[in-house]
Amino acid sequence: MSHPIRGKTAIVGMGTAGVGEAPGFSAIELLGLSVHEALADAGLELSDIDAVFAATSSHAFASMSVTEYLGLKPKYFDSTNVGGSSFEMHLLQASLALEAGLCDVALICYGSNQRTAGGRLVSMSEPQWHETAYGPRHPITAYALATSRHMHQYGTTREMLADVAVAARQWANLNPAAFARGPLSREDVLAKRMISDPLTAGDCCLVTDGAAACLMVRADRARDFPKPPVYFLGAAGANWHRSIQAMPDLTVTCASESGPRAFAMAGLGHADVDLVMLYDAFTINMILFLEDLGFCPKGEGGRFVQDGRIAPGGELAVNTNGGGLSCVHPGMYGMFLIAEGVAQIRREAGERQLARADVALLHGNGGTLSSQVTAFLGSQATL
Amino acid sequence: MDDQTSTMIAAQGPQATYEAFLAEGRFMIQRARRTGEYVFYPKVMSPSGETELEWVEASGGGTVYAITVNRRREGSYNVALVDLDEGPRMMTTITGVETLPIGARVRARVEPGETPRVVFEPEER
Repeated sequence: MSHPIRGKTAIVGMGTAGVGEAPGFSAIELLGLSVHEALADAGLELSDIDAVFAATSSHAFASMSVTEYLGLKPKYFDSTNVGGSSFEMHLLQASLALEAGLCDVALICYGSNQRTAGGRLVSMSEPQWHETAYGPRHPITAYALATSRHMHQYGTTREMLADVAVAARQWANLNPAAFARGPLSREDVLAKRMISDPLTAGDCCLVTDGAAACLMVRADRARDFPKPPVYFLGAAGANWHRSIQAMPDLTVTCASESGPRAFAMAGLGHADVDLVMLYDAFTINMILFLEDLGFCPKGEGGRFVQDGRIAPGGELAVNTNGGGLSCVHPGMYGMFLIAEGVAQIRREAGERQLARADVALLHGNGGTLSSQVTAFLGSQATL
Repeated sequence: MDDQTSTMIAAQGPQATYEAFLAEGRFMIQRARRTGEYVFYPKVMSPSGETELEWVEASGGGTVYAITVNRRREGSYNVALVDLDEGPRMMTTITGVETLPIGARVRARVEPGETPRVVFEPEER
């Protein structure tokens, strides 16, 4: 039995701006431009927006900053910041608020200029007092530790990790909007500079600029817009820790909890999923999430991603935009999972368009494998 | 506020207490009086909700759970998660070696300095 919220709301406008490099623009300017794109896409006016959901890596009170910058007067707002998974959580919060009649048009948005503003990952994440004396680099140390443990416990290899990066690049090569394009081999990834053993620069996501925004309404009016509606089918979050020191088992994320709850909410099974969008901050993420979301048994993720299984033409369509590894990663990537889900379901994905794209699983990750939020989007055919 | 809570606040919090012990060269961890469960990092409440926590000397024994080497131009160092023999896990570094295999036995010592910290060394066999 799916949840009563399933299919009750839909995304009717989607916009992006400054994907890749946008020199000379601030984070909020890029965000504003993406909202403009989303409004044009939906045929809506700024004044129609009456709810704001936002989180960024540079605004302490993100929804307030967005509200002021756009001159809005929202009836409902939410700046929940659970890192890169915030926007999948916002899909759920916005759907609940819409369905409760607290608002009519919900804006969910993100923007960052961190590539041109310095080229380093920007994070407001505060140091953890019990970790700082050991000089961890946020966030790569945590992901490298998790990788070391997965290798030890399951025989995962650097070659398997490299295959994740190669698959992402092959998808990016089909996406004109992707930032990193061009040939990339397993050997190329292995030969890149070691940053934190066993992760090389090739195992790390990009640092780009970029903004994205979407507009949600209740399903009863979703078909009155220019583009095919993309329905919200369900979402669930799970969170067990904040700092990597407190993660109970570094080989098991709480995607193993958010995934099953989201599947149940959406009334879907694995065979129904046409597109899998996973937050690939580092190559190990893909292996962990494919396992924890049930696409392969625990420990088999490394072997699962080999032989082009998640590359174009493979068995499972994963991160068809090129992911955070090769398409775009402006600090918090969660909004771009939504953007690709919408593009595929609307059949606007060009050369990378999937033959069947009715159900998209979006999996957001926040912090150091900490907050996990799984969401489902679907076409009209899924209702 | 019950007596126990007020006593705790009158003294100092668990983080400051831990750091004060470190400044004396002692590696102390918390143990719940009633259940015997060990707590690290130091907190006002154990994961099972116990607030009556006593400070005990850590045995110092541990096992490497996960490890990475942070490669920097200024010099590389490892960052490890070590499972203490008492149960809890902590972030630390293993001194005197570039890295160690996961599962290796290590022994704690308090490294003095401006910010004293618990580090580990490979255990002699």
